[in-house]
Amino acid sequence: MTTVAPPAAPAVTRTPDGVGEAARRPDGIAKVRGDFAFSSDLRHDRMVWGATVRSPHVHARIVTVEVDEALAMPGVRAVLTAVDVPGVNRFGLEQRDQPVLADDVVRYAGEPVAVVAADDPETARRAVERVRVTYEPLPALTDPEIALSGDGPPLHEGGNLVRHLRIRRGAPRAGAAVVVTGEYEVGMQDQAFLGPESCLALPAADGGVELHCSTQWLHVDQEQLAACLALPPDRVRLTLAGVGGAFGGREDLSVQAHACLLALRTGRPARMVYGREESFVGHVHRHPARMRYEHGADADGRLLYVKADILLDGGAYASTSHAVAGNAGCFAVGPYEVPSVEIDCRAVYTNNPPCGAMRGFGAVQVCFGYESQMDKLAAAVGIDPVEVRLRNAVATGSMMATGQRIEGPAPVAELLRRVEEMPLPPSLPASGGADVRLLPGGVANTTHGEGVRRGVGYGVSVKNICKSGGYDDFGTARVRVGVAGDEIVASVHTAAAEVGQGLVTVQAQIVRTELEIPSVVVLPADTAVGDAGTSSASRQTWMSGGAVRQACVAVRGRLLDRAATALAEPVTGLRLAGGRIVSDRSGQSVDLRDLLAVEDVDETAVFRHRTTEPLDPETGQGDAHVAYAFAAHRAVVDVDVELGLVRVVEVACAQDVGKAINPPAVEGQMHGGIAQGVGLAVMEEIKVRDGRILNPSFTDYLIPTTMDMPSTRLDILELPRADSPYGLTGVGEPPLLSAPAAIAAAIRAATGREVPRIPVTPDALTS
Amino acid sequence: MRVGLEVDGKARTADDVEVGESLLFLLRERLGLPGSKNACEQGECGSCTVYLDDEAVCACLVAAGQADGRRVVTVAGLSGDDGLHPVQQAFLDAGAVQCGFCTPGLVVAVHDLLRRTPDPGDAEIREALAGNLCRCTGYEKIFDAVRAAAR
Amino acid sequence: MTDTAAFLRPATLDEACELKAAHPDATPIAGGTDLMVGLNFGHTRPAALLDLTAVPELRAWRRTDDAVELGAGVPYARVVAELGDDLPGLARASRTVGSPQIRRRGTVGGNIGTSSPAGDALPSLLADRAVIEVRSVRGVRQVPAGEFFLGPGRNVLADDEIVVSVRLPRARGPQQFAKVGTRNAMVIAVASVAVSLDLTANAVACAVGSAAPTVVVPEPAETYAADHLDWSGRTPLHPEVAARFGELVAEGTSPIDDVRASADYRRHAVSVVARRLLGWAWAEAVRPRGTEGTR
Repeated sequence: MTTVAPPAAPAVTRTPDGVGEAARRPDGIAKVRGDFAFSSDLRHDRMVWGATVRSPHVHARIVTVEVDEALAMPGVRAVLTAVDVPGVNRFGLEQRDQPVLADDVVRYAGEPVAVVAADDPETARRAVERVRVTYEPLPALTDPEIALSGDGPPLHEGGNLVRHLRIRRGAPRAGAAVVVTGEYEVGMQDQAFLGPESCLALPAADGGVELHCSTQWLHVDQEQLAACLALPPDRVRLTLAGVGGAFGGREDLSVQAHACLLALRTGRPARMVYGREESFVGHVHRHPARMRYEHGADADGRLLYVKADILLDGGAYASTSHAVAGNAGCFAVGPYEVPSVEIDCRAVYTNNPPCGAMRGFGAVQVCFGYESQMDKLAAAVGIDPVEVRLRNAVATGSMMATGQRIEGPAPVAELLRRVEEMPLPPSLPASGGADVRLLPGGVANTTHGEGVRRGVGYGVSVKNICKSGGYDDFGTARVRVGVAGDEIVASVHTAAAEVGQGLVTVQAQIVRTELEIPSVVVLPADTAVGDAGTSSASRQTWMSGGAVRQACVAVRGRLLDRAATALAEPVTGLRLAGGRIVSDRSGQSVDLRDLLAVEDVDETAVFRHRTTEPLDPETGQGDAHVAYAFAAHRAVVDVDVELGLVRVVEVACAQDVGKAINPPAVEGQMHGGIAQGVGLAVMEEIKVRDGRILNPSFTDYLIPTTMDMPSTRLDILELPRADSPYGLTGVGEPPLLSAPAAIAAAIRAATGREVPRIPVTPDALTS
Repeated sequence: MRVGLEVDGKARTADDVEVGESLLFLLRERLGLPGSKNACEQGECGSCTVYLDDEAVCACLVAAGQADGRRVVTVAGLSGDDGLHPVQQAFLDAGAVQCGFCTPGLVVAVHDLLRRTPDPGDAEIREALAGNLCRCTGYEKIFDAVRAAAR
Repeated sequence: MTDTAAFLRPATLDEACELKAAHPDATPIAGGTDLMVGLNFGHTRPAALLDLTAVPELRAWRRTDDAVELGAGVPYARVVAELGDDLPGLARASRTVGSPQIRRRGTVGGNIGTSSPAGDALPSLLADRAVIEVRSVRGVRQVPAGEFFLGPGRNVLADDEIVVSVRLPRARGPQQFAKVGTRNAMVIAVASVAVSLDLTANAVACAVGSAAPTVVVPEPAETYAADHLDWSGRTPLHPEVAARFGELVAEGTSPIDDVRASADYRRHAVSVVARRLLGWAWAEAVRPRGTEGTR
């Protein structure tokens, strides 16, 4: 394995289907034909079906688990409980605090207590009902404020505070001409990916297990599974199966450990597939947030200080609560210059459903808070909402709340101006007669224009790209070049998870550009190659893309070495050109096929971004982030103010992506992010009462349909970074970040109401 | 019970089908044809959209026994051996595919829409596809694909 | 698999009745749009299914001089496509059901059998005083829609009876329907309202869904509107009359708080929507034919 320093950015020339081109997805044909194998499509002739026994209680002590009756059923092959977990019965991304199968206590409704394996799914389902678990209910802690106060029962050793991030910078709050305060809430959003949690685990001859699963990070699964199964990591081999969307919801383990346990116990392949209801309790959600803000500004609306108090409900287990709280704290004031900040961001344990990663990762919640405040400030000062943002916008060289100077592009003002200058959609016909399908309520025919008012709102946002706080983050890629038939073929192998975002396309594009080899095969992602890190934090194109590029540089070096030998010339002065290596000095050249005749070239590279440091535990100051990305949104809504029904008419988004490696894929990320922002703004919420999810279905957890998706206007800026491959920055999260804030602002403009909570409901807009 | 039906032009039978089993389960698990997707199993997402005789329906809401003696066409039955159906090609060209889980159902739904309405307007497209949820694309490029396929 | 489970598939109505008599615990299935969800999720495991999709009598409708007899197995998509002139209110309601896929499978009979107060077709049936025909080997019963439903999921059907058809009067004036939901398509009603005008009898009919244990008919509101509309002069509706009508409709409901909305919102939404529907219906009555401005 070679570790190569980041190469200096050369000028990128156009290569067909290379970097910057609208290359096609290599998995596209299989996907449109229905041939693409998602994890829920995997099967094996001898397989057993797994099913999960889940706690009906929010918080309870497990007294007994009786499995005999279930085990005696014909067709049932295994019933496993906590005692059957051979290794450490704990997993977790930040803290190993979550049982594979609950041992003494259950901490949320739906927590796995036992798993069964049976010959068919219906038998497995019935066996689940025959596992008798006796519980002794314990007092439930479902209010995060009570968790914070310390009055509730401690749910974990060390109490119920997962993290308290304090950020302090600048002199204490000075006298401000204008002070605005507000309290805001964000509900619990769900990733609601379409492909349910699923996998196939095959027992291996060496006593290990081969797991085919959908995940965002193969190696972190492997590491946790090895510990739970008491196996060395090389005997827990993972291959990425087709992933039906992720959005953060596949960072934590779900079916993986259970299926491996069942496969190892029964000696048969074990398949697990969640149904939609089970999926809603089977993965973490976006943290609900309660936020208290105070913004002080001078008479012109220039910020003097911001005080923010943020409480995130992490639910029963830590998952990524520590890092989500980190982000919510770091970005609590948004992309604004603020001389004095006082931020307290806390995440707590409760007996609510566990919360963790979702696209935007803490930055979405606070964006709704700080942008609501900016609108309030604009109103208080008497200036335009865009103007107040422009007056305070950060730029390159500005200092963030954590004291870190922004080194890369920070075109906040430019992005805002661009969305502001885009043409507005046509108004509704004043005389009525609009197509009801395009009015609030849609075909349900609730208005023909009565009560409909239009509003326009803005939002701008910032988020870190890649992992932060001193984390040693890297990506690994292996690139091999050889000859197949008469053709030169490059293969690229990483463990990076394609979750729909188009990483497989990008990997092939980079190889084409770097090696000028048109024929590129992207091998299935698995743990046979080194760690790629997670497909989250908008980092994967940067990190795995960077690794692929480095591996290509190494491959090219080897090819040049071989050419130097073949041509008996020094390496300097040789260059790759269209399948040959050419000497500018002598005019000689050699065909790559000749250089590869004896042996392929095969190089593995590890790519690291620059190092960061943890935040100071007292002041929250430090250079914790690799990079920042920015997006601005303008939303136009029509609200039926009498019924409180909203139709988002249009969302415009301007985003700096550094370099669009695949422009249509960037647009796709922007559209998709906007759609999820629309959902969070006006309809999507996991409703939890007394710790139980009330709407675990697509009938009642509503995500936007074609009738709800606004039309979009996109503006993609490409301001190159100096420290990333091709100057790119991550694109996955920013298009979501300030979409809800902009929509909420537009609803305020249409209704004159405060809108302190999202998702906004018809109830809230009419009561 | 035994269920016999035609799927994508081929006669198929499945034995030991349970009374409450869905056509989707029959296709995916008994016949090993996973082209139709299992995203919600409550008719809300359209990922399992197939033609049952000539109607595009959610296979998860059809009892397997109800399909006995009937003709089913899945996404796999739309493309011939010689390549992709124009709707499939349009999805590829437009970049309407991300994770792809909704794609098979959407391809069938769009096929059905264009069969009925060769040149649909924007509102018609939106209404006709309201039963197919996509979580990745925000639908925009799917609309592009519909318009392209209609040409 | 349970050995006793059976999938029953009658080819005629008589056979369907015989099978239902022989298997009183069999659950009828037509479009499957409600039942299959419960089956897929493992919430229900009926002993047997009685598939009614192969019974031709159930899948037909016919027009008489003053009514439409709508087979219980006619899917919503056909109601939309074929009955827009005769039953405009029901056709409008049918267009709001689920998704296109659901409308091709789901049937008015299924809505009747499921007896959810949120059934999108039901307000039109109650408003228009539809009569539901149920049949068993013992004979035929005609049950007024207003007497059929007893509560959420409960109705007057005996174990051996099946819903055969519903008879609705052909429209004698404008009919409107609206459904309030928190998404612009594919949503279960938070509240729904049907309003029909009978320009022959100078009567107003109304029913409200999702705002009480069953769909309700606010008779005082109907009477009030009928008394205050200018049937002979067809002068425009006075806004105060429309508003009062909305209030009276809302007063006829007894909604609850649930995961979809609060009782207060439901009451409020019903009053707003009822007021608007009466306005649109009356505007249609006032306007010369063929000048309808909205879709």
